Amino acid sequence: MAEKAIEVILTRQLASYLAVPIFIVDEAGVLVYYNEPAEKVLGLRFEDTGEMSQERWSNLFEQKDDHGNPIPASALPLAQALRHGRPAHGAFWIRGLDGQPRRIAVTAFPLIGQARRNLGAIALFWEAPA
Amino acid sequence: MTRVTLWGTRGSLAAPGADTARYGGNTACVEVRGPAGSVLVLDAGTGIRPLGNALQGRVARIHLLLSHLHMDHIQGLGFFNPLHDPDVEVHIWGPGSTTLDLKTRLNRYLSPPLFPVHLRDLPRLTVHEVPPASFAIEEFRITARLVCHPGPTVGYRLECADGVVAYLSDHEPALGARTFPQAADWTSGFEIARDADLLIHDAQYTDEEYARRVGWGHSRIADALRFATLARVRKLVTFHHDPEHSDADIERLTESALARQQPPFPVVAGAEGTTFELG
Repeated sequence: MAEKAIEVILTRQLASYLAVPIFIVDEAGVLVYYNEPAEKVLGLRFEDTGEMSQERWSNLFEQKDDHGNPIPASALPLAQALRHGRPAHGAFWIRGLDGQPRRIAVTAFPLIGQARRNLGAIALFWEAPA
Repeated sequence: MTRVTLWGTRGSLAAPGADTARYGGNTACVEVRGPAGSVLVLDAGTGIRPLGNALQGRVARIHLLLSHLHMDHIQGLGFFNPLHDPDVEVHIWGPGSTTLDLKTRLNRYLSPPLFPVHLRDLPRLTVHEVPPASFAIEEFRITARLVCHPGPTVGYRLECADGVVAYLSDHEPALGARTFPQAADWTSGFEIARDADLLIHDAQYTDEEYARRVGWGHSRIADALRFATLARVRKLVTFHHDPEHSDADIERLTESALARQQPPFPVVAGAEGTTFELG
């Protein structure tokens, strides 16, 4: 497997020390890392899941809006930040693997590295009761 | 045959004197001479001054590859005589930053008040930013990748018919890692060093020194050995010796690290004037 860009490696190192739940995806949308606080919210351990394709991670959590309508994967803030190369924010419901519904708020932004390389995107999220 | 000669092995600051005579006091500079005679120079620390004198009148084209623009890697640039020789074509390669190109960044040093001569006054100089993909320089295939060190810094992988030389002079791959090494794909510099015949790698600190200097961009000797083991190199040359380390310190620290870790490849503490041959 190819070495990650240094900007992505350093982002992971930072995320591994922060108490804020964080997702990191590469330029193809593959979920390459989420930190321990994210594991608690999602009910999944990164060591167990490893990297996940965009199709897999975006369908894992049964995301719905406040009215119970399903949210397509392409409308999630992380997918928006990745596709459009700009920050995106949203709040919605997910169901983690522990079966519990949680309302979370997500802020995502693109990872643009040296020489303007598109390296993926990062999402910070937290529980946000309605 | 490819010949790799160390002209400067010291890190951070030149450290001349009797107690550094064996490993040398000049800062980073390495000459790589390809099998067909092409000349690549890695970094322009103070070691580049005697290299320039040795090359004078013997070559028509030189490619100088800068890892980054910290002073110990460019301080010798103005004293590299081939740069002032109209009979020699010099190409400088290195990283830009997010806001400034390489030429503008170099101009900050090669201009008054820090230096009396302007970059634009040098007769046959061409400045190139290293591209993100591999590229060719004469008989070499070059790969430059950003690595873990403060500010835009690249490691170089030089491939030719004789083998692979990897150069990671300023590199802290253990930064932030809870255990080191991590998986190869999450390790800074791995693709540069992978299966190299010769790896020249930062080994500036002892364990105790590193504990006080995490984030400064350099490796302890033990981590250089761990990194080289992960990358499965065939030979490791430790480099960027701390200016406070005497020859006796370098020998003692190297022997101690080898005894503890017993790497499956030869390890040589980089000494000024040493030549390694590939092929």
